[in-house]
Amino acid sequence: MSNSPFTAGVVPARLSAEALAENFGDLHPPLDPHEAAVAADRCYFCYDAPCVTACPTSIDIPLFIRQIATGMPEAAARTIFDQNILGGMCARVCPTETLCEEACVREAAEGKPVEIGRLQRFATDVVMAAGTHPYRRGAPTGKRVAVVGAGPAGLACAHRLAMKGHDVALFDARPKPGGLNEFGIASYKTVGGFAQAEVDWLMRIGGIETHFGRQLGNDLTLGQLRDGYDAVFLGIGLAGVNALRVQGEDVKNVLDAVDFISDLRQADDLSSLPVGRNIVVIGGGMTAVDAAVQSRLLGAETVTIVYRRGRDRMSASRYEQDLAASKGVRIVTNAQPKAVIGNGSVREVEFEYTEDTPDGLNGTGETLRIPADQVFRAIGQRLEGAPEPLALEGGKIKVTSSGRTSLQGVWAGGDCAAGGDDLTVTAVAEGRDAAEDIHAEIG
Amino acid sequence: MADLTSEFVGIKSPNPFWLASAPPTDKEYNVRRAFEAGWGGVVWKTLGEAGPPIVNVNGPRYGAVWGADRRLLGLNNIELITDRPLDVNLREIKTVKRDYPDRAVVVSLMVPCEEAAWKAILPLVEETGADGIELNFGCPHGMSERGMGSAVGQVPDYIEMVTRWCKANTRMPVIVKLTPNITDIRYPARAARKGGADAVSLINTVSSITSVDLDAMSPEPSIDGKGSHGGYCGPAVKPIALNMVAEIARDPETAGLPISGIGGVTTWRDAAEFIALGAGNVQVCTAAMTYGFKIVEEMISGLSQWMDGKGHPDVAGIVGRAVPNVTDWQYLNLNYVTKARIDQEACIQCGRCYVACEDTSHQAISMSPDRVFEVIDEECVACNLCVNVCPVEGCITMEELAVGAVDKRTGAEVQADHGDWTTHPNNPAVRQAAE
Repeated sequence: MSNSPFTAGVVPARLSAEALAENFGDLHPPLDPHEAAVAADRCYFCYDAPCVTACPTSIDIPLFIRQIATGMPEAAARTIFDQNILGGMCARVCPTETLCEEACVREAAEGKPVEIGRLQRFATDVVMAAGTHPYRRGAPTGKRVAVVGAGPAGLACAHRLAMKGHDVALFDARPKPGGLNEFGIASYKTVGGFAQAEVDWLMRIGGIETHFGRQLGNDLTLGQLRDGYDAVFLGIGLAGVNALRVQGEDVKNVLDAVDFISDLRQADDLSSLPVGRNIVVIGGGMTAVDAAVQSRLLGAETVTIVYRRGRDRMSASRYEQDLAASKGVRIVTNAQPKAVIGNGSVREVEFEYTEDTPDGLNGTGETLRIPADQVFRAIGQRLEGAPEPLALEGGKIKVTSSGRTSLQGVWAGGDCAAGGDDLTVTAVAEGRDAAEDIHAEIG
Repeated sequence: MADLTSEFVGIKSPNPFWLASAPPTDKEYNVRRAFEAGWGGVVWKTLGEAGPPIVNVNGPRYGAVWGADRRLLGLNNIELITDRPLDVNLREIKTVKRDYPDRAVVVSLMVPCEEAAWKAILPLVEETGADGIELNFGCPHGMSERGMGSAVGQVPDYIEMVTRWCKANTRMPVIVKLTPNITDIRYPARAARKGGADAVSLINTVSSITSVDLDAMSPEPSIDGKGSHGGYCGPAVKPIALNMVAEIARDPETAGLPISGIGGVTTWRDAAEFIALGAGNVQVCTAAMTYGFKIVEEMISGLSQWMDGKGHPDVAGIVGRAVPNVTDWQYLNLNYVTKARIDQEACIQCGRCYVACEDTSHQAISMSPDRVFEVIDEECVACNLCVNVCPVEGCITMEELAVGAVDKRTGAEVQADHGDWTTHPNNPAVRQAAE
């Protein structure tokens, strides 16, 4: 091994292949059948259960856990997939600590919720391992729907439409499907090529024709789609990354966290991925945590997340913050970037401490410099390439509760649509609900 | 420190916890381990008559029922009486009793229903120095097909007859072990007393099939694709046993007859409950078979601490303390009115009380959009179902309405005096008397 965590600069192979393999293993290993039985026994089968209310896709959680407890994981999976066809991925990536598990009455009772996420994974894995697809396509309706974006929203929408018997044309700008499931989630949350396996499994419903490398705005226009199809669903995500807007941002090794995460997910050999010795991640969301933790796991010596407001305002959950801390990531709050310093390449980043006041965020004048040979921007993404005539709201496509946009015959969902909280599970719910509304409209 | 020493039909033991006649007491090795662990006594696993020993099945002999987290709630078995030669058992009993003179060693017996058979075995047992005998009139499986065990225990006349033979042929105390597989436990208990029994012990196991293998379509435990009913025991049978013990304790015809309480005793509290309902001591099996002999330490310390806290100096002083409060339904006070109360601080908002009441009972709990559950006094009949389904102990309680308060369900004031069915105007017997 040529490099170590102490090697200067941005270099690959700071850790041995074995260490990397261990670091990027499953964050939450799957439950074995015994563990699942023990975990399932803890569910109280609440009436009108708070966990179901807390789930954006309203999975009947007490029912599926009871089905696991009675030895029927296949039935449990069906209960999950009925509401959320990407239940397997959501079991891995949902911030359950702020959704179902936060609402679990055993969280109130004992501070230890039923392990809903891991139980959901147990049930869905059984069906995935069996290689069976529990749904059949309805009788063909002769209707054609274009779904743009093969991420969680688009996939959920396409599957539901296909189930109803519609013909779906699924477009994506990338060379393969999955969207953020494939390109935007930390590796240790979805190991073993699960995202692609899940898409392949989902596609077995039939009736979905895929078109990759087709980006809206280039060779694909909304006008063409509206003319050629009975309905259009846009699940195009947020392709733009917000800039820091500080001096020196354009020096070398100041990168977008989403690109780093994507490169990591697509890497065949983790020891070929270069990473800095001292990393600074700017931002306070899940993307910041994913980039920071993975930098550490690749062997960076120091990793610091810097967020401009207080810790309670970070959109990364407390669980995610603790995960980062447990991996040796330092979290600095109430500091905003002032300048990126370096001659050619970044050497350090200057921050100014802040105070969050009712009138806004104010700099205190006191500054802090953190050494960095690699900086990741993770201060949010924005909608890019939305077709002109669509009405926007807060920078995103304006939609009704069933996903209708301002244009007749055009629906939208997922991160590109206004509302929601930019979670995989929310995107699935929006895609599914839009499909139901499209079906009601054209069916 | 409470005095846990026990004297039961003249048999002394350092505590009232005996191991019941069962696999844990089938041989010297196990019994020595039990005594080292602290058990006060054992009832040696049932001996049969001399000759070729009994044989057991060579496949599984236990079936089970589990609760959450696979906690063993009930066990059944199709094991027969000891399958070891009589002389081996007798030799071992003698050795153990010699080495543990302060512990109770009682020998369970089951021989054919002929006086000669009992006359033959009693002197052999007496010669071991054992403290007493227990007549196994209870086993519901296998031996009963051969006219022994519960086949005797289900016919009061046989119980009386065999008990009398034993009393006539031994100086040892005679404990008659009763089967619960009958309609009214008082009849066999009365027969035992008539025959001169020094005590009864109960319950033996309950006839049962624990489960069915749905692939093989065979009852469990399955022996080559077939199953036979077994004897059920463990925590699941405790309520049945407590009632039977209480019935004997309060029956004027058997009142004062010593009782050894058996049936699902798992903790000190179970033991205290049996004793309160009239048992002079308790016998344990399933709990030991589930967790090992060490549990007796918890039983000893728990019973002792509880007795100290309550100021009970010795075990004898608590025997039967709850018996006067076991009565017939017709004497229950209908003027005692309670209402369910939900402690909102303790409530975890699972909604089980609500759905139980709404779906299956009296629609007496309201649910607000933000999941606050409250009792509707106008509808609450105080059935206690909400208390029982609530996963948080103490969250829902039954609170007594004070005398003079109005029961919102009936609109009537709570009366101070006792009023039961025997004097209730709706009782046809009362109306007849009035006419």
